[in-house]
Amino acid sequence: MIAIETIHLEKTYAVGFWRKKPRVALRPLNLTVEEGEVFGFLGPNGAGKTTTLKLLMGLVSPTGGTARILGKNIYEAEVKAQIGFLPEQPYFYDYLTAKELLEYYAQLSGMQPKERSQKIDAMLERVGLKDAARLQLRKFSKGMLQRVGLAQAILHDPKVVFLDEPMSGLDPMGRREVRDLIEELKQQGKTVFFSTHILSDAEALCDRVAVIHQGELRGVGRVAELTSSVAGKVELIWNGSAVPAGFSALGAECYTSGERARAVVADVQQEAALEILRRERLRLISLTPVRSSLEEYYLQKVNSAVKPAGVAQ
Amino acid sequence: MSRVVYIAANTFREAVRDRVLYNLIAFAVLLSGAAILVGQISIDIERLVVVNLGLTAVSLFGVVIAIFIGIGLVSKEMEKRTLYTVLSRPVRRWEFIVGKFFGLAGTLLVNTFFMAVGVFAALLYVSHKFQSSDAWILVALFFIVLQLLILCSLALLFSSFSSPLLSAVFAFSLFVIGSFAEDLRLFARMTRGLTHGLAATAAYLVPNFSALNVIGQVAHEQPISWHLIACNTAYALAYSTMAICGAVLIFERRNLK
Amino acid sequence: MSGSRKVTAAASVLLLLSLAGSVLLLRRLDQARTTATPEEVLYLNSPKWVKRLSLGYDGLLADIYWTRAVQYFGGRHVVGAKDYRLLYPLLEITTALDPKLIVAYQFGANFVAPNPPEGAGMPDKAVALVEYGIRNNPDNWKLYYELGFIYYYMKPTDYGKAAEAFERGTKVPNAHPFLRVLAAQMAQHAGEIETSRMLWQAAYATTQEELLRKNAVAHLRALKVDEDITGLETMVARYREQTGVLPSNFNVLIGEGMLLGVPVDPDGKPYKLMPDGRIELRSPEDFSFVVKGLPPGYVPGPPKFH
Repeated sequence: MIAIETIHLEKTYAVGFWRKKPRVALRPLNLTVEEGEVFGFLGPNGAGKTTTLKLLMGLVSPTGGTARILGKNIYEAEVKAQIGFLPEQPYFYDYLTAKELLEYYAQLSGMQPKERSQKIDAMLERVGLKDAARLQLRKFSKGMLQRVGLAQAILHDPKVVFLDEPMSGLDPMGRREVRDLIEELKQQGKTVFFSTHILSDAEALCDRVAVIHQGELRGVGRVAELTSSVAGKVELIWNGSAVPAGFSALGAECYTSGERARAVVADVQQEAALEILRRERLRLISLTPVRSSLEEYYLQKVNSAVKPAGVAQ
Repeated sequence: MSRVVYIAANTFREAVRDRVLYNLIAFAVLLSGAAILVGQISIDIERLVVVNLGLTAVSLFGVVIAIFIGIGLVSKEMEKRTLYTVLSRPVRRWEFIVGKFFGLAGTLLVNTFFMAVGVFAALLYVSHKFQSSDAWILVALFFIVLQLLILCSLALLFSSFSSPLLSAVFAFSLFVIGSFAEDLRLFARMTRGLTHGLAATAAYLVPNFSALNVIGQVAHEQPISWHLIACNTAYALAYSTMAICGAVLIFERRNLK
Repeated sequence: MSGSRKVTAAASVLLLLSLAGSVLLLRRLDQARTTATPEEVLYLNSPKWVKRLSLGYDGLLADIYWTRAVQYFGGRHVVGAKDYRLLYPLLEITTALDPKLIVAYQFGANFVAPNPPEGAGMPDKAVALVEYGIRNNPDNWKLYYELGFIYYYMKPTDYGKAAEAFERGTKVPNAHPFLRVLAAQMAQHAGEIETSRMLWQAAYATTQEELLRKNAVAHLRALKVDEDITGLETMVARYREQTGVLPSNFNVLIGEGMLLGVPVDPDGKPYKLMPDGRIELRSPEDFSFVVKGLPPGYVPGPPKFH
């Protein structure tokens, strides 16, 4: 079943006070996310990621096109009960405690009183805020707020979870925890749609990614496919501060840093390169085939010229 | 409908925990206390001064509180994006506005109650006992609450489309203009033609605070007619409803940036 | 978005209903409060306090008080209230806030000085108000004119003071030449009706204020009636001397060549020749301020302006 579907969804803002000029925030977007998928929405800052999320949440009205979540119009109340949303850099009511906040959101989601207190305690434990449950939110750190934000997004057991830049502003530990949480949601069969500009997170978590730039979808692809294609190159790393003379003859790209040296050569030259190292009595540390990274794909898409809009899948 | 109640309750909780509020209330109560000192200087009018100054303080601080929490609590939700998380739930936008209004109304009621306790305490200190005409002070306080409700609905209306600072300016200007609403209507009646149309429209659209201010009357222990009480109550309800409907209509269409 | 459309429709209907409701309630509130006490109309009754409390915005406040004064007068006076108590304090506050508001002094001279039902019957206060105006606007000849006007219409007329006031006015640069004529006429107490006519014509010419102009017109009409009737009654008396009987109607006088036609009042309505030889107005209620031509026992109503 399709979890999220956008059909020619577009948004143009009128900017300016007197003479309003149109500013295109999102060119017609066609996108489909299957149920159970973890979908990464990639793009530089200001690419239109947040606009897309706001359109999907019904916070802004589209200039054209429609969107469906779980096969239903996004403005229907039933749909809203099935989704969870974490905005970018969330902030919550200063004078409420974490527990009160979750209580409030549980009420708004229409959860039964009995279910509420049980789930809230469990959720606080899950995001590691059990001890801070009775602390007012104004005393929370940024990372703690992000965790409260995640907690409210998944508290009511939604089928589809939207996360806007869930890792931003977190320390390495916090990022690790968020990653684990998204993994966990995936295991539970939830659909997770998250925007990010941190590619390593997307590479580690996503089934598929979309790249958006300047309000335009530049490409959609399966992460496994994008990164499995071998580029026909290998990377050698060895101990040593200099690159032997023979490497240049092989057409290698060489780098040195301190006690390590690194060279990338075509895979047909692999044996020749190893021979040189052996001859020079340099100790090989690793030999790995070079796979095209998500980064390359991303850079290629972002830097590509503007193409006609509406490229899907 | 239950969601309106939840939003109202949460707004109330958020508002009453803000320390700024207590400072303002404390200041108003202090001013009622100061009335005792002023009253002692001028012989025979202690009671008059206490009632006048006390009720004026309640009214003015109430206005400041109504405008600032009215605007602050809504604009903060937008600025800090808490509104996004609320509206991504099965909550309709009108429920949010109406819930906010009731939450704010509750807050204002509680504020006015505490400030009123201050006034009555000062009154008791000066006259050592309450008299039956003091009941009219309750009517004056009730009118102040009505005035605050109107302002609060206007604050909501303005913050549904404008920045917090501008909203505060609008709301405060309307408070000042509304205090001269009767003069405005007199003026409208004297004009002719196009000016008349414009002036009359403006005169009937601005909130009418003149009839809601009976501080001078109750200070002189004059009774207030039931007809006035009924009319004022109905007017305040109608006007607030109007402003909230306006807020809902704008907010339904608004893009949340 | 049908849900949203429903909300829009409901909110719009509720908005219109509550708007209508609040307008209706405001009208009721206004009715309930038309019997406002003097204190309410004045807000504050001490000019000094009003000025202090205006925080420097005295111009605006003066305009508010002026509006109130005109509304108070224009509204109540015309519908027949005989209560002028507030007119003087309102004008006093207005001029304290804005001493350059000449029209306020003109209003004072016209409506504070005369006796009820034409005015507040407080000539002393009116003199004080205009003198205050002269102190603040010594170069405005209109104020000297107003002052002389008050003295002339005082009962009994104070010719000396009136002449002095007009005389002072002639010394102001750009003063209207008729001040000199008025000063001379006051000095010789001459030509009652002529002087009055001149005064009211001047009153009409010195202002753009509608109500003041209407007042001047009403007085000029009354002067015309008084003059006509005086002339007609003299004619009737002469006829009686000649024939020994009273004329039964105007046609008798026309036949004698004493009149060219049936005499009419300024509205074009024929005068009535009464059996006792008096002349009466056909509709005395249309002429305020007349002293002649009224039926015996006629009590004038509040002034009417055209």
